[in-house]
Amino acid sequence: MNRLAIPKTYKLYIGGKFPRSESGRVYEVLSHKGDFLANAAKGSRKDARDAVVAARSALGGWAGATAYNRGQVLYRIAELLEGRRAQFIDEIMSCEGVNAAGASAQVDEAIDRWVWYAGWADKYVQVAGNANPVSGPFFNLSVPEPTGVVAIIAPQGAESLLGLVSAIAPALVAGNTVVVVANENAPLSAISLGEVLATSDVPGGVVNIVTGSPAEIAPWLATHADVNALDLVGAGDLDWVELQISAADTLKRVLPPEVGADAAAPALSRILAFTELKTVWHTKAIL
Amino acid sequence: MKFLDYAPAPESRALLGLKSDYGLFINGDFTPGRGTPFQTINPATEQQIAMIATANEADVDAAVSAARHAYDGVWSRLSGSDRGKYLFRIARLVQERARELAVAETLDNGKPIKETRDVDIPLVAAWFFYYAGWADKLDHAGVGPNPASLGVAAQVIPWNFPLMMLAWKIAPALAAGNTVVLKPAETTSLTALLFAEILQQADLPAGVVNIITGDGSTGATLVNHPGVNKVAFTGSTSVGRAIARSVAGTDKKLSLELGGKGANIVFDDAPIDQAVEGIVRGIFFNQGHVCCAGSRLLVQESIHDDVIDRLKRRMQTLRLGDPLDKNTDIGAVNSAEQLARIRELSDLGEQEGAERWSADCVIPENGFWFAPTIFTNVSTSHRIAREEIFGPVLSVLTFRTPAEAVAKANNTPYGLSAGIWSDKGSRILAVADKLRAGVIWANTFNQFDPSSPFGGYKESGYGREGGRHGLAAYLKPAVRTGSRSITAAADHPTTPVSKKSTSAGKKSASAEKAAK
Amino acid sequence: MTQSPLATYQPAQRALALIGGEATDANLRRYLHGIPGIDAVGLEARAADLGTRSIKTSSKRWAIDTIIGLIDLTTLEGADTPGKVRSLVAKALLPDPGDPGTPRVAAVCVYGDMVGSAVTALGSAHAAGGTSGVNVAAVATAFPSGRASLAIKLADVHDAVAAGADEIDMVIDRGAFLAGRFGQVYDEIVAVKDACRRADGSMAHLKVILETGELNTYDNVRRASWLAILAGGDFIKTSTGKVAPAATLPVTLSMLEVVRDWHRLTGVRIGVKPAGGIRTSKDAIKYLVTVAETVGEEWLTPHLFRFGASSLLNDVLLQRQKMTTGHYSGPDYVTID
Repeated sequence: MNRLAIPKTYKLYIGGKFPRSESGRVYEVLSHKGDFLANAAKGSRKDARDAVVAARSALGGWAGATAYNRGQVLYRIAELLEGRRAQFIDEIMSCEGVNAAGASAQVDEAIDRWVWYAGWADKYVQVAGNANPVSGPFFNLSVPEPTGVVAIIAPQGAESLLGLVSAIAPALVAGNTVVVVANENAPLSAISLGEVLATSDVPGGVVNIVTGSPAEIAPWLATHADVNALDLVGAGDLDWVELQISAADTLKRVLPPEVGADAAAPALSRILAFTELKTVWHTKAIL
Repeated sequence: MKFLDYAPAPESRALLGLKSDYGLFINGDFTPGRGTPFQTINPATEQQIAMIATANEADVDAAVSAARHAYDGVWSRLSGSDRGKYLFRIARLVQERARELAVAETLDNGKPIKETRDVDIPLVAAWFFYYAGWADKLDHAGVGPNPASLGVAAQVIPWNFPLMMLAWKIAPALAAGNTVVLKPAETTSLTALLFAEILQQADLPAGVVNIITGDGSTGATLVNHPGVNKVAFTGSTSVGRAIARSVAGTDKKLSLELGGKGANIVFDDAPIDQAVEGIVRGIFFNQGHVCCAGSRLLVQESIHDDVIDRLKRRMQTLRLGDPLDKNTDIGAVNSAEQLARIRELSDLGEQEGAERWSADCVIPENGFWFAPTIFTNVSTSHRIAREEIFGPVLSVLTFRTPAEAVAKANNTPYGLSAGIWSDKGSRILAVADKLRAGVIWANTFNQFDPSSPFGGYKESGYGREGGRHGLAAYLKPAVRTGSRSITAAADHPTTPVSKKSTSAGKKSASAEKAAK
Repeated sequence: MTQSPLATYQPAQRALALIGGEATDANLRRYLHGIPGIDAVGLEARAADLGTRSIKTSSKRWAIDTIIGLIDLTTLEGADTPGKVRSLVAKALLPDPGDPGTPRVAAVCVYGDMVGSAVTALGSAHAAGGTSGVNVAAVATAFPSGRASLAIKLADVHDAVAAGADEIDMVIDRGAFLAGRFGQVYDEIVAVKDACRRADGSMAHLKVILETGELNTYDNVRRASWLAILAGGDFIKTSTGKVAPAATLPVTLSMLEVVRDWHRLTGVRIGVKPAGGIRTSKDAIKYLVTVAETVGEEWLTPHLFRFGASSLLNDVLLQRQKMTTGHYSGPDYVTID
């Protein structure tokens, strides 16, 4: 006799908590075969707004943490993910219809991606910064800093976990905080990742995950004045040009959609895309 | 006599041989524009200097074609070292003709000759010299090995530092291997056209740099032209926004250097006399027509009265008048339009209850002038504390603690520049960390150098000019058949994977939409 | 500007009022270190900027005659003799024999034992502190090093004043200053000032030489300037001319800023004397500009500003001849003294 399973309620992840959508809406998440898997929260514009507030308030602490600390926190995510491989493999198999080997490979790669990006936290400044030999009695240094609150439309294709990790990890490296709209059809691993984050050392509000319809939520994020950057990596099927035009109103930094297997491939440039270069001049004199 | 009424010391105009009419510089030659020519005037006298051509759509098209042709046929095939040699030549020619360029700039812009002579033109030469040396070292620009140029760069520049802005745009573009179509500001085209003559002297291949003149619509036509691969704009935030909208959905790489409302923070332990000089340099340099001006003075409340007293005394020694006089500190406002805006915002400051004080100076009869002015008792909610005035008008606010200073400094949609005055090194470093601005001057202000990246946070734009980062704005990573694996990325950590193209149909449709 | 009550105080009273206690090392240190610091880069940039003023035609003519009238024509050699001093005095009185309309210099500056020779040579042209004629300034207090006992230094001053010196150029004890013994430096200046008193109760003017080249930093120069003024110096002077660097424009600017602030604070005007290293009229004009734009052109009077120089005069005379005749002159057309 099989034990009756306890299904999980999948909710949003905002400000370190797991609220239901304020709208009360849910939508059905189906397996690749069309079977019911769960009712995911259907995030609204107000949920997105709350997520931006949470991200903004978490920004000072996260951006102000030492690079060593941020690196360790990101590495800790990999550690916890490793411990919950089985859960993620299960969810990916049921959602995406891949076999165990495929799901396992995806989880492995997602874990390794966290590790790769974690290592950048205390290095990207050295690689992208500069001491500038200005002609005058000045000490002049340029350093990249986090842009601020980054809104991300997660990749919507296959490999829901890897796509999500590939999009949020680089933004976190520099100290940005994130509002991410998850893969609409395969949101389960996103919420489970939220559970990992909640039990890791990532402060609440640093990553905020909204499930639901990117088409509905993205315009609100693109026009939100307190969002500093917009990663449209997974917005290829949306009216992303319109989103870019909206983002221009507050001169957000925008990354365009990417599709295919290489979408959001690991690269230093993804980290630097959400940084601002600050140059400081100091006078220099012995007298 | 009063010694301080220094006798006139005008710079000679004799070395300037100007033409009465200037055409467009397309494909290496001057050619008449097909639009209606307009006059460029000396803002200090309102007298006409010359007639300038207007480029219409067909002219823009011709310029972009010339640039494309030069890119495909010559410039992209040239070795980096040869590109560099052309830039070195240009740097030297600018140095040789420096005085002539300074006089022309002062005549056309209204800024004092001592600034064009000692700041603008020397920086123009320095910019070309700096980027000349980069042309054959692009592997080290920070975008990975064998980076590629972008193609044709459309560059639109403002009137406040005409030739300097040209240099900031053209030098890195050419060093990186791009060709250029540049449009100077309507009121300050003159030195760009003299620069075109320098390009002829340098024997730069035809079409590598094209200079087209006209008003804002010419600029819009240029940045919207489907044949350009890069758009670089310096100017107002509102135009920057419009450009960002118009390039949405295209592959055009964009850099924007826009407005600012820089905070100049003076702590109670500041080196006070230097701080006063820095305040003056921050807001009265170039009549305050500086996007990175320190237009908001944040002074610690405990020293407010002393600082303002010293500042007023210092302002009384500022000499406003003939820009060509070597002793002039404050020249003419560049245009009647700009003067009207400065007046409007200043009057508003008074209406909002701020206290206005202007240095006592004689305003010449003709031309556009505005006396150096400060507003005290300004609140953060006043429009003169929030909007860019772009003139010699300083808004003074106070703070009590460093944390309050940082909060007030950052309380703006802009994020271009800031100043910090303190004798305490650790506080300077910490405050500099917390300020959301792209350029921060500690115990100095308004310093520029070709090796030092410049550009803003937030609504002050994106992309950097100057330094290695300014070069990267004109490059893209080498195209490679990428693997997404971490191993591959780790081998080439600075090489991002090339963007996947979306459907071509979608893009062109959206470009049309954006152009409306 | 409203008159500060401090203006009516005697120097010693004023100092006590400002320092808030006796002139001890600790009190003086607290006071001097409470004065805002100087950023050297900004100071030097401001000086360089002032140096770019272009002084032409009528302004230049005025400047040249003004410079001559502000010169302390100086000879401070071990080889000085009465004959050399007579020659110097002759030059002071008639700088350009080809143009008797040339102004006289403000003073001749000599060692203490040469004061008598200078007074004799000047004869009726000795201004003796008045407004017409030429003053005699004497360096004193074991110039240039100042390394002697206070008694010796004071004797040096007494001798010079008794011999008819109108102005005493003393040196501060730089060693004491750098060691933080501000009280000692202060007390010495007060004592020297007292020694400037003549039998009739009148006072020789006291110029306090900081020897800025040995103080080294601008912050030290600023503090030493305040200290010298607090102690009652009438003038602050950059250098002995025996230490490099001597006067520089930034150093002089920083001292002028002190003088300006002292005037704002007390209403009292203190003089400034850059000395050593100013050799050309072009350089001297930069100093005039710096004075005029920092403290105001009312300072461009011998009571408030001097150049300590020797070779400067001839360069100024060459410029003057050029302005008079319209063509360039040469060194054979000015006299060596």
